[in-house]
Amino acid sequence: MSEPTPSEITVTINGTQVEALAGEMLIAAADRAGVHIPRFCYHERMSPVGMCRMCLVDIDTGRGPMLQPSCMVPVSDGMSVDTESEDTKRAQEGILEFLLVNHPLDCPVCDKGGECPLQDQTMAYGPGESRFVEEKRHYEKPIPISDLVHLDRERCILCDRCTRFADEVAGDPLIHFTERGNATQVLTFPDEPFSSYFSGNTVQICPVGALTAAPYRFKARPWDLEQVESTCTTCSMGCRVAVQSSRNELVRYLGVDVESVNHGWLCDKGRFNFESVNSEQRLTTPLIRDTNDQRQLLGIDWGSALAVAAEAIQQAGPERVGIIGGSRLTNEDAYAWSKFAGAVVGTDNVDAQLGDGLPAEVVLALPPATIADACSADTVLVVGPDIKEELAILHLRLRGAANKGRTNVVEIGPNPTGCEPYAQRSIRCAPGETAKALSELLASDDPLARQLGEGTVVVVFGRASMAESADPALSLAAVIRTELPHATFLPALRRGNVRGALDMGLAPGILPGRTDIQQPSQALLQTWGGVPAAKGLDTTGMLHAAASGELDTLILLGADPLSDFPDHNLAAEAIQKAKTVIAIDNFVTDSVAQADVALPATAYGEQGGTTTNIEGRVSRLTQKITPPGSARDDWMIATELAWRLGSDLGLSSKQDIWREIERVAPSHAGVTLERVESSEAHEGILVQETSIELNLPSPETPPVADGYGLRLVSGRKLWDAATATVHSPSLQALAQAPALKVHPNDLQRLGILSGDDVRVISTRSTETVTVIADENIRRGTAMLPFNQPGGGANRFIDADAAVNDIRIETL
Amino acid sequence: MKFFTDENSELAQEIIERYPKSRSAMIPLLHLAQEQEGWITDEAMAEIAELVGTTSAEVLGTCSFYEMFKRKPVGKYVINICTTMSCALMGAGDLMKHAESRLGVKSGGSTSDGMFTLEGAECQAACTEAPCLQVNYRHQYRVTADQFDQLIEELASSDHDVPRHGVLSRIRQHIPEDRFVRPTPPDEVVSAPIWMVTDGGEK
Ligand code: SF4
Ligand code: SF4
Ligand code: FES
Ligand code: FES
Repeated sequence: MSEPTPSEITVTINGTQVEALAGEMLIAAADRAGVHIPRFCYHERMSPVGMCRMCLVDIDTGRGPMLQPSCMVPVSDGMSVDTESEDTKRAQEGILEFLLVNHPLDCPVCDKGGECPLQDQTMAYGPGESRFVEEKRHYEKPIPISDLVHLDRERCILCDRCTRFADEVAGDPLIHFTERGNATQVLTFPDEPFSSYFSGNTVQICPVGALTAAPYRFKARPWDLEQVESTCTTCSMGCRVAVQSSRNELVRYLGVDVESVNHGWLCDKGRFNFESVNSEQRLTTPLIRDTNDQRQLLGIDWGSALAVAAEAIQQAGPERVGIIGGSRLTNEDAYAWSKFAGAVVGTDNVDAQLGDGLPAEVVLALPPATIADACSADTVLVVGPDIKEELAILHLRLRGAANKGRTNVVEIGPNPTGCEPYAQRSIRCAPGETAKALSELLASDDPLARQLGEGTVVVVFGRASMAESADPALSLAAVIRTELPHATFLPALRRGNVRGALDMGLAPGILPGRTDIQQPSQALLQTWGGVPAAKGLDTTGMLHAAASGELDTLILLGADPLSDFPDHNLAAEAIQKAKTVIAIDNFVTDSVAQADVALPATAYGEQGGTTTNIEGRVSRLTQKITPPGSARDDWMIATELAWRLGSDLGLSSKQDIWREIERVAPSHAGVTLERVESSEAHEGILVQETSIELNLPSPETPPVADGYGLRLVSGRKLWDAATATVHSPSLQALAQAPALKVHPNDLQRLGILSGDDVRVISTRSTETVTVIADENIRRGTAMLPFNQPGGGANRFIDADAAVNDIRIETL
Repeated sequence: MKFFTDENSELAQEIIERYPKSRSAMIPLLHLAQEQEGWITDEAMAEIAELVGTTSAEVLGTCSFYEMFKRKPVGKYVINICTTMSCALMGAGDLMKHAESRLGVKSGGSTSDGMFTLEGAECQAACTEAPCLQVNYRHQYRVTADQFDQLIEELASSDHDVPRHGVLSRIRQHIPEDRFVRPTPPDEVVSAPIWMVTDGGEK
């Protein structure tokens, strides 16, 4: 259901004929023709409203020139426009005089000063002085409308951008024009803050200093800022950002509009977690376990720390070393570590995912789809995590497409998600039984079955719950491949550069360039001098091996299995039993605190390179600031370790690494360094080739729950105890303590009241949790968020079980 | 706590059924809330938001658009003095000053005995009879200061049975159930009015 290509028509702007697309607004046609018309309310990603009148121009459609707002008038053939006529100029002066009637002109103390459209356009198009002498409106200066956003109503020019964004784009109309008339103002409802996941975008698009973001207020002046274009790596959506710093400290990210990914929007988590990079808590020097007091980590020099690490790797031997993590890394760093593992250590025990994703050989072999494909498919089948929580901007894109009628979202899963309000259908089924639910639907005479069978289908594909293994998802994929062979897949993997890490071979059985370990490319064999003979262990396998003493050295590459692996008990046992744990990280996380050696790595904004998003789109990361202390890039650490193990990785810079990737990774052939560094990388370079063959297990039905248990469902929240969130002072408080949600009837059956503390019992653990009744939760299931401050579902989950059941008892 | 009384909750449901989009019932429900309480409380707006499936902020935005939805309690008699052009030329300013001192409240305020609320208003479409005012939205023409005092005295001493502020009509209209439109998904509307197929809103 792609957009019809609009026919071209001709309009004359300031005497020059320009091509315009039928249906578009005049201001958009002028923009493309390079004629700037001043504006406040018009925004190319939202519907026009004609609020501010700044864009008035002389338009002649045959009845003589007339002043009309160019953001509200669609182009028509033969239209003649004058954006510089006397009338236009007088209109612009008049409008600005009006807009400033109540404006406080407090530019010297306003964060927007220096980059303010009102300031700039008043200078360029304003009358120079005002005839108004009346007292201006006064309001309390800034009032917080959420934890992150402040509103100064005196500065507001009522352009409707923030309120339109909240309603139309974010779907959270929590701010609204109130008191319409002379006292019109933007406000929230009393005691109902603007707590949208996307609130930061309103600050970015406010054309005046009325909305300011708490993390940036009074931090810097625009003219003191330095800026580079980069890519957000908080999740794997890969939104483009402008990274801004002042005095070698990150101070702000702004969304950059790219058509294929984020349309200029960012989620608040991605936008504001730059604070963590500046955190005082950063790991800035290598640490080593104190031999006198085992509970302590002591600072040590790099040389000694690396020597200890290298020694531990050497001693263990290839089979007994495992590397967990890597999705924090850039593609280049991931490649260096992949090469280190395969060519130097000789192990294939590498896995960038923490038992919370999907098998790499499936992700890399499924027929690929892009975000744009999803937004224009007849049907998008969302089967996986709640994308509003985990891939927030993907949710925004799908919501926009669905509401504009460009696609139909159908979701299958046990409990309500953020997709529900815009879904054509939300199919609810028991946890782990998505495959069954889809088969039943397709076998029925439901019109939806026809829609899926005959139209284009993109599957947003991930794991519906952290409390189930990957098997139910794979069963579902098997059903889709058989029944809907035309469907393409967009993997809903969440963590940072997880896609890039898999592409670079940080997954068992996979070599860089999406190749099977059994079929290495000639170039790779030559460069590496050999590859491990057999497929190694995945994270779950490595943790089991470590726990049973079969693996000695565990390298945590920016991974925190104690918090992020679904099965906390297994992770804890593995970390405790492993002889040596080497952690490479930005912070002393729970897992790093248990390590024997900790090495400080550079963080976001401190390293250049490339990253790959869920679609396989490679885009650039740009270094903006220098790292604190002696933190080093991950690839350098790999190189140093290799050297201490008597090998040379042969890599000397990020550029150098990319050249090698392009040479040895078959899927990336042709994606040269020159292309990556060119303007092409602004949109990102889509890499979809793969040589891995799809091999799906035949569908299985998970065991039936016994009558006493509740089947556990667990997912992540946008605001959780993620390291970068916890170390960002402005975000820290947004995550809530975990509560177990259960259907009221189930609670009643157990004689438990909503709000009670109860004993939760699983095969792994027994703990006290607060329970809340929620009618939206499917009966027989219990929902517990995954990684919230103060605990989460990982204590109760057995990583080996297809599904997990819990029992609850009164204390 | 529920805001609407049981009887009004039932009525609210009936009102919602009259529209293909629940949100269209927002203003009628605000009237109902004002009728019940004499003014519109925050609890009322929050409950209406829930009933029509939107946010309280949107209800507040709509509610505060209209002068005649009161978000503070008002007196038994609401007196609106027109302050627009014709009336202003004919002495509305002085009349307002006089009214303020006579009632002892500023424009926008209510007397402590709960009898009067004084307000300034825009043109009441009686410009030939300036200056004019309204008592509970009923006109008084060419009002002088003396007439104003007399009016206040009469109202203060009368024992008119004035329904609570917000009561639009003492006769309740009902439509038979088979005429209900009910919330209808847009794609099931056979001949959709033009405004129903616009994009942007949640389906
Ligand atoms: S706060 Fe800013 S974006 Fe919102 S209406 Fe006012 S000027 Fe526009
Ligand atoms: S959706 Fe993901 S990539 Fe985009 S801004 Fe948020 S965290 Fe960053
Ligand atoms: S930009 Fe056209 S009216 Fe505001
Ligand atoms: S100006 Fe007062 S009624 Fe028109």
